[in-house]
Amino acid sequence: MEKTLQSGDFKEKSFVLRGERDVDTQTLEINVGPQHPSTHGAFRMNILLDGETVVRLKPVMGYLHRNHEQIAENMSYAATMPYTDRLDYFSSMSNNFGYAMCVEKLASIEVPERAEYIRVIMAELTRLVNHVSLIGFLLNDLGAFFTPVVYAFREREKILDIFEEVSGSRMMCNYLRFGGVKTDIGANTLEGIKKIVRAFPAFLEEFETLLTKNEILCMRCQNIGILRPELAVNASITGPMLRASGVNYDLRKVDKYSVYDRFSFKIPLGSRGDVYDRYFVRILEMHESVKILEQALKDIPQGDIINRKMAPFVKAPRNFKPAVGEAYARVEAPKGELGYYIVSDGTAQPWRYHVRAPSLINLTILEDMCLGQKLADAIVILGSVDIVLGEVDH
Amino acid sequence: MSISIEHVKTFLEKELPGISLKKVRESLLLQNPADLPSAARALKDSSVFKLDFLSSITGADYLDYLEAVYHFYSMQNKTGAVTLRVRVKRGSPNIPTLVPVYRGAEFQEREAYDMYGIVFEGHPDLRRIFMWDGFEGFPLRKDYEQEDSETLEIADVQWLEKRSVQIPAEMKQKAEELHRDGKRAIARQPTDKNTP
Repeated sequence: MEKTLQSGDFKEKSFVLRGERDVDTQTLEINVGPQHPSTHGAFRMNILLDGETVVRLKPVMGYLHRNHEQIAENMSYAATMPYTDRLDYFSSMSNNFGYAMCVEKLASIEVPERAEYIRVIMAELTRLVNHVSLIGFLLNDLGAFFTPVVYAFREREKILDIFEEVSGSRMMCNYLRFGGVKTDIGANTLEGIKKIVRAFPAFLEEFETLLTKNEILCMRCQNIGILRPELAVNASITGPMLRASGVNYDLRKVDKYSVYDRFSFKIPLGSRGDVYDRYFVRILEMHESVKILEQALKDIPQGDIINRKMAPFVKAPRNFKPAVGEAYARVEAPKGELGYYIVSDGTAQPWRYHVRAPSLINLTILEDMCLGQKLADAIVILGSVDIVLGEVDH
Repeated sequence: MSISIEHVKTFLEKELPGISLKKVRESLLLQNPADLPSAARALKDSSVFKLDFLSSITGADYLDYLEAVYHFYSMQNKTGAVTLRVRVKRGSPNIPTLVPVYRGAEFQEREAYDMYGIVFEGHPDLRRIFMWDGFEGFPLRKDYEQEDSETLEIADVQWLEKRSVQIPAEMKQKAEELHRDGKRAIARQPTDKNTP
């Protein structure tokens, strides 16, 4: 017996329920969010349910919209740097990195070697922070309420202390400058980072003992929310989500930006593209990040931390006027490909500033992954996408 | 690895006779917006370029025209970027959608529509994405009148006074002047700028 469900305002897609049910059920439309702990911020999902099965899902965003792009178009280039922190507020260092790279490409600025190493170290620490908290929150969505998060946040806190030491702020770091970084990292801080990096694999092992082979986690995550690689590529999905579907595409290897070509590390890939793969790819990525950090900390050279040509603009940012032109730069942020597109008209303010936000674009296929799944699984699937609303809503 | 834009130009001119292309910086401008889906499909299906990944769609306003910029990459070849751009008049900002070719265009086209009012014809669900449904105007257009947050209007004064908030006399006077002249408190527009 087959039954096609269609709702009034959703004519183009319908979902066919197969089964031997002989009871007619009514569909129920519910809103998850915007105020809901499992939506990771002010995000709303308009879900049509048949019993507990999702037959339609519409993401609704914009609750945190502040027109980030317009704010940037009305300010000097340097003044936008702290605003990029607020995009993905879990990984401000990566956001800074992408923006700095784009402006450097636009104005052809070279970056000293030591600054590049510091940037890579900060970007990889950010990846650890992001992945470890994501896994904590994912477990929250699975019902392990706040116990894994406490373990995750214990480690995160140590890294945030390092961020505070170098930049003065735990989360809104505002640490990178065009042509370098704001302050040098001292020997004590480097020693502190080394200590964290040395201890991190043991923590991951502890985390994995509790989680990876946990039967409940396996049953809730395996074969849920499967994303086929063809669809993932077609829908511009990037980051750990894409790699969990088995597509080998990591900008650190593809573009070899900054000094990533000097380190040896692997790109972990999933095979099924389900929630479990997305969880496990992130665990493996943290192991690889630790490898990069070890190498970077060993090889970090002495030298300038900012291009000398750029030093005057730190004090007088409105004098910085790149020539007319445009640039598109992208980095492998923890959530996916973070791109910046800037058009300069030769004045102190950009004519056009655009952010390609990975969190927003990764939501494109949320409905495809959730159709036919149970409501409780839809929450877990959303958790495995890894969104931050500051970035989704710009 | 980068792709030479001349190479793309020769390929497209051979593949799609009648297409009119112009090189703008390191990108190709499609003179006729209607050519966009066929050009994108040709580049995606071509065995040389294999541009299977649409990284970014950007709307932009250049006063005389609106523009959409597309950045394509190849995940199979690990090459890119190829940048295509399309220009439309402000009065009839219609561009054919890329959603049938690239699903990843869905939210980005909605974003460009929301911010610039570029209508992507054939988009399955072209609604505002960030602003609410009843919102009027397109906030990122250069002629969008941005409210001046420093200056009060008469309605603000009334609202504040009702809640017994003290307002400086000159602010109140300014609000009354604006009201008398039938003006609104609008921040200065960047009209003195030249388009790049």
